[in-house]
Amino acid sequence: MIRLEDVTKVFPGGTAPAVHNLSLEVAEGEIIVLVGPSGCGKTTTLKMINRLVEPTSGRITVGGDDIMAVPAHELRRRVGYVIQQVGLFPHRTIAENIATVPRLLGWERQRIDDRVEELIHLVDLEPGMTRRYPRELSGGQRQRVGVARALAADPPVLLMDEPFGAVDPIVRGRLQDELLELQRRLVKTIVFVTHDIDEAIKLGDRVAILNVGGVVEQYAPPVEILRDPANRFVEEFLGSDRGIKRLSLIGIRDVPLEEGPMVDRFAPAAAARDAMDRYGVDWFGILDGTTLLGWAWAADLDGATPADVAPKPFEARLELDDSLREALDTIITSHTRVAPVFDGDRFVGTITAEGISRELAK
Amino acid sequence: MIAAPFFRWDWVFDHLGLIWDKVYQHLVLTGIALGAGLVLSMALAVVALRFPRSYPPITWATGILYTIPSLALFAFLVPITGFTILSAEIGLVSYTLLVLIRNIVAGVQGVDPAVREAALGMGYGPRRLFLEIELPLALPVILAGVRIAAVTTIGLVTITALIGQGGVGFFILRGLNRFFNTEIVLGTALSVMLAVVVDLALVVVERLLTPWMTERTAVTG
Repeated sequence: MIRLEDVTKVFPGGTAPAVHNLSLEVAEGEIIVLVGPSGCGKTTTLKMINRLVEPTSGRITVGGDDIMAVPAHELRRRVGYVIQQVGLFPHRTIAENIATVPRLLGWERQRIDDRVEELIHLVDLEPGMTRRYPRELSGGQRQRVGVARALAADPPVLLMDEPFGAVDPIVRGRLQDELLELQRRLVKTIVFVTHDIDEAIKLGDRVAILNVGGVVEQYAPPVEILRDPANRFVEEFLGSDRGIKRLSLIGIRDVPLEEGPMVDRFAPAAAARDAMDRYGVDWFGILDGTTLLGWAWAADLDGATPADVAPKPFEARLELDDSLREALDTIITSHTRVAPVFDGDRFVGTITAEGISRELAK
Repeated sequence: MIAAPFFRWDWVFDHLGLIWDKVYQHLVLTGIALGAGLVLSMALAVVALRFPRSYPPITWATGILYTIPSLALFAFLVPITGFTILSAEIGLVSYTLLVLIRNIVAGVQGVDPAVREAALGMGYGPRRLFLEIELPLALPVILAGVRIAAVTTIGLVTITALIGQGGVGFFILRGLNRFFNTEIVLGTALSVMLAVVVDLALVVVERLLTPWMTERTAVTG
């Protein structure tokens, strides 16, 4: 969908090129994230795609068309653009801001109004906001308007330059989730720039790690980058906790689950002791078919069978949709080495600290 | 012999027609000067913004105009354009240029770069960017310049009485010639009142033209 071939940018007065012989391909419908330290040319690269920065040499195509073949303003009306400072027009209402590109394209009044209403819902803003001015909105709301404005004319390509950099971490996390949710529905081709590796890992279908001068050190899906960093630079950029980072990308659904120290409520006490020995724990779970009734201490079995003890409810519960990172966190905070996994109410197995570390070793 | 009172209200009431004529003339002279000054300044400001190297010579030239004593300038113009409204306006317009150009340029340059970048990134061409984004956002600064220019011009109009124009300056000049305090005081007071009223009116205009600048407390749902 987007293709950069041997693109170089030398700024006037600059000695070293800001971007040097960069080649990159973005497939239709994927989010790719350009990430790297300051001076790595990630923003310059992004701005070359909508010609806010003109490449010195090389070729860029969007949807197969050379971007130099059309006037810059026409190209830009077909490519959504979101920046960190949002850049809403302060003298225009929210509705007018969102309507910017449709108005430039000369849409009819009614079509614009309908589209604005649709977008307000899409980015989860209150309909009453449309007649307000940007200064009357919070940072998070403004950023949503910025996204709505970029999507207004339904461009196939979206360029996002650190769009969530200026909001607090809680709002940022929510905006990231919303972007992923939007992407599931709209399936745009998105190029996203950030300096935050966690954001890159969370959002990117593929992540390009750039070094100073626009050198692509590695361009791969985040799981792959975390598992096999191409070189020292990438390794250092990922940080010392890249194992943990990888865990957040793997779902419990994706790993084999174990039986755990669980026994049927009518099983003999010996069976419960065996199960506990197997997992090296001093408690066991009590099952009734696929329903996990709860757990009990080994000491509760003194002269009794599992059927006699009153099961205590599990506080530590994991869902199939949770990530291994959440699983590990649950295991650590519940001072045990195994945690039960549920699919709704149904008990589907347990996950263990050993199982998690086995998965990382793969 | 009875001493004449310092200010004769009866004279004022006897000449209301004349007073209104002069106030009206004062406003017309001011309005034409501001209008023409704004058009000329806008053109020069566009040149200065488009070609930044032209800005210093433009401010230099209008700065020189601004420093010429008004009395000298009007006296100098009489042999060329006579005791006409044209002479008056050439002088008055000249004095508005510096402050208006400076404020237009500063206002446009003060537009948030992120707003400009977003507009360009969304496909605005240079002309629409200027007319639809930069100029409206520069309006508060431009209007601040218009207010200064308006108040200055209202003061300067009184001096054009010397070349047969002058609005309420007519009373000041005639009062001086006839040693008639009432006219001097009247002319001065009217000139000050005009300046205050016009300034307040421009504040209202600014509010109306820049609704996004004022905090709204009313429900806008």
